Amino acid sequence: MIYLTLAFEFFKIGLFSIGGGMATVPFLMDLTTKYDWFTANELANMIAISESTPGPVGVNMATYAGYSAAGIPGAIVATLSLTAPALVIIVIIARFLENFSENPTVKSVFYGIRPTVAALIGYAVWELLQIAIVVTRNGVSQIDILSALICLAAFLLLQIKQLKKLHPLVWIAAGAVIGILFQL
Amino acid sequence: MKLKKMAQLYISFFKIGGLTFGGGLAMLPMLQREVVETHHWCTEEEILDMYAIGQCTPGIIAVNTATYVGYKQAGFFGGVAATLGVISPSIIIICLVASILQNFIHLPAVEHALAGIRIIVCALMLNTVVTMARKGIIDILGGILFVAAFILACFTPVPTALIIVLAGIIGVIARSVEGRTRK
Repeated sequence: MIYLTLAFEFFKIGLFSIGGGMATVPFLMDLTTKYDWFTANELANMIAISESTPGPVGVNMATYAGYSAAGIPGAIVATLSLTAPALVIIVIIARFLENFSENPTVKSVFYGIRPTVAALIGYAVWELLQIAIVVTRNGVSQIDILSALICLAAFLLLQIKQLKKLHPLVWIAAGAVIGILFQL
Repeated sequence: MKLKKMAQLYISFFKIGGLTFGGGLAMLPMLQREVVETHHWCTEEEILDMYAIGQCTPGIIAVNTATYVGYKQAGFFGGVAATLGVISPSIIIICLVASILQNFIHLPAVEHALAGIRIIVCALMLNTVVTMARKGIIDILGGILFVAAFILACFTPVPTALIIVLAGIIGVIARSVEGRTRK
């Protein structure tokens, strides 16, 4: 029953991913090794497409992942399961807890979680880099210098304030052009 | 009456979901226009409070904010209606794009484009990590947690969810120890 497995996995992602859509990526990365729903390579495409289409990135990625695993029903199951835990939690908070975001315990939890979520997204980047800039030729894996340089250049450009404000879509479009020009 | 409210919530959040690129902060202007200006469901300050709660609860921030607004307006089923509204455009658009892309993904030009895009995605995400780390790491313990979580995630089979739970527990313990030593 792939739908049950999908529901279970995405319920878990909805429950444990804290801090926005990108926080779901480490969990999606885990799924690439656990199931044959999609590869890390395809996950990179999903991230790009989710950032370039309307809708919350986290929802888009879950929908795409569900679609890759089991078509349209899979997309619906994954997306609904992702949002189910928050629905319950929000209703409880709205009903019983005043000033939830100002609560000292909540603040302490976030004091620990914030750096950790950043690191977990770092883990996803680490895995993605291995498919984006490492090439395997004749059974030998090595870093593709050109790809690595493009990645570094893009990262450095992103540190410029005016460029940082550009929509990710602009960057992704530029990536597509660069990929075609350099025959990556 | 309640059904009408639920339909309104669904439609409003369908618009918000379908017209925001990127989610999270990007949805705030649309949210303000629909929820505050058009429907007067809540005030500007309430929206910011709800957004703050959306940020510190598990799940997708945009969805959480939608659930909260919907719940405040029409109870549990209002929350459900708003949630379904905000995710519906994603389901439609992504399924469409994914099914179209399937037919083109093996063209050489598309393969090259995707290879370029993958590199850019790495740079964009690395930038997210740097931004989040700068905001999130405020002292030495934060730095230690960052390094430890990265090593655990990359090089050990410790489940991602467990790392997050442990980090939350460490945060609570560290803050309470800090509070006690100050007293």
